[in-house]
Amino acid sequence: MLESLLALGGLVLLRDSVEWEGRDLLKALIKKSALCGEQVHVLGCEVSEEEFREGFDSSINSRVVYHDFFRDPFNWSKTGEAFPGGPLGALRAMCRTTDPRPSTIALDSLSWLLLHFPCTTVCQTLHTLRNQGSCCGDSSLVQQVNVLGLLHEELHGPGPLGALSSLAQTEVTLGGTMIQASAHILYRKPRHQPTHQVDPTTHLTFNLRLSKKERETRDNLTLPFQFSSEKQQALLRSEPNQASSHILYEPDAYDDLDPEDPDDDLDV
Amino acid sequence: MFPELNNLLNTTPDKAEQGKLTLLCDAKTDGSFLVHHFLSFYLKANCKVCFVALVQSFSHYNIVGQKLGWNSGPCAFEAGVGTTELNPWPWPLFLSPLGHHHPRNSTLACEAQAWASVLLARYCAHMRRLGGISLTVARERGQLVFLEALKSSVDIFFQTPSEPQPLQFLREASAGDLRPLYAFVREALKPGDDEEASWRPPVLLVDDLSVLLSLGMGAVAVLDFIHYCRATVCAELKGNIVALVHDRGDAEDEENDLLLSGLSHQSHLILRAEGLATGFCKDVHGQLRILWRRPSKPTAQRDPSLTYQYKIQDKTASFFAKGLSPAVL
Repeated sequence: MLESLLALGGLVLLRDSVEWEGRDLLKALIKKSALCGEQVHVLGCEVSEEEFREGFDSSINSRVVYHDFFRDPFNWSKTGEAFPGGPLGALRAMCRTTDPRPSTIALDSLSWLLLHFPCTTVCQTLHTLRNQGSCCGDSSLVQQVNVLGLLHEELHGPGPLGALSSLAQTEVTLGGTMIQASAHILYRKPRHQPTHQVDPTTHLTFNLRLSKKERETRDNLTLPFQFSSEKQQALLRSEPNQASSHILYEPDAYDDLDPEDPDDDLDV
Repeated sequence: MFPELNNLLNTTPDKAEQGKLTLLCDAKTDGSFLVHHFLSFYLKANCKVCFVALVQSFSHYNIVGQKLGWNSGPCAFEAGVGTTELNPWPWPLFLSPLGHHHPRNSTLACEAQAWASVLLARYCAHMRRLGGISLTVARERGQLVFLEALKSSVDIFFQTPSEPQPLQFLREASAGDLRPLYAFVREALKPGDDEEASWRPPVLLVDDLSVLLSLGMGAVAVLDFIHYCRATVCAELKGNIVALVHDRGDAEDEENDLLLSGLSHQSHLILRAEGLATGFCKDVHGQLRILWRRPSKPTAQRDPSLTYQYKIQDKTASFFAKGLSPAVL
């Protein structure tokens, strides 16, 4: 199951709750990546490095780089050791690291980032991380990057959750009953582009095609209520304090304009 | 402390775990009995305790602690009485009746110390008869650092303090964070000189965090404060934190819900006291849900979640399985 979660690449969202913790699954995925020889960078905001590395042996620990934003994320101790740009700056720096380029980035946790930074900024950074491989022009260097994000469902409203879901390739929701835990996995396969355009007018019971003569007649048709150029110019030139008003009338083909007054013969 | 609760949590003052955050929350009932339990638990365990009391006065906790009468063993600092080193406390306190004797005079100093030891022993016996741990004594000997917010908030409002105060945010129109309060906690619990090396790992106790929301702090600011306390007290000093948060439930308080959820995710142990769904009952005062999280070692034999009902009596609290109150058996 772990291989299939890492196979698609992109953002893997691990949604956990108070009763069903997701950190163990996150660590299992990190362990899996490290055992495959990959470099894993962890943005640690919620637990100490010592606690996070518990359970990892030396071979895995050597491949896991822990960026510690737990001890002093806001530089309250004023020791000056804070990474410039904070946690998001560190994430962006991971995009630019080339030697060696991390193939798995773990965020512990996305919830911490969402509580401290605007949702739009976090989503933009995740988008940049995801497309890390396409930063350089050479397509041979395009590398599948796994971004593992731990998300605590209860802390966020439907807006941020929906935004992150739309960015994620894979979503794992942890839950369970009294007896055992369960994980609901949702894969978003990439959309396929159509290879040829289908002509919608084939196989119809009615005719949608026009002959050449019909096409010409249609193009020469004057639409009703279409302004002549004279009327257009008059309207465009109209001034607000006009003393007199003008009536512009355009007769159509059926009008019979007679300059005589039709009421002339009335004897009133 | 309540021995029955210790049994449920499978812990005693001698073998308390370290580096843990315990979250106490109450819904439709008063969970402050849990605060009193942990206060006495860690004082009995000889830990250095920093108590940030935002809701009640010092004398309230002192009186309740003595009334509950949970001291079943020897007085904690009797063990220190037999040392030959001059303990900075308590002998100056007991020295005043002897007049202005210079402490550097060795003969007089030994006499003073002997006299102080006798007085101490008598005081301990007296406290044992009363049946409680005195917070006053714990504070005097430096084991307890008590921030009485009710008193210091008045000082902050009506005087202009020269140096930053822990509750500085009360004076500021838009206080962004609780950095001064964190600085106070860090200063109170940092390991001191050798004479304090006998204290067990430090403990931070907060009663309660929901009040900070009412006082104008945002939920994220309170979460950050606990985050920093965790980094210092739990991770660096290998101590423990116990904090109480109220669950408003129906009140639709989003900030409080965020605080409760955020703290729940950071906690190792959650004790949730709930009123009974059926309403008030004379024999069962509520039910207690215990949830263990983030185990360092997988403990297959222990259920992660347990529920018990309880009744708070005059001097103790009894816990029993649901539906098995002694009144109905």
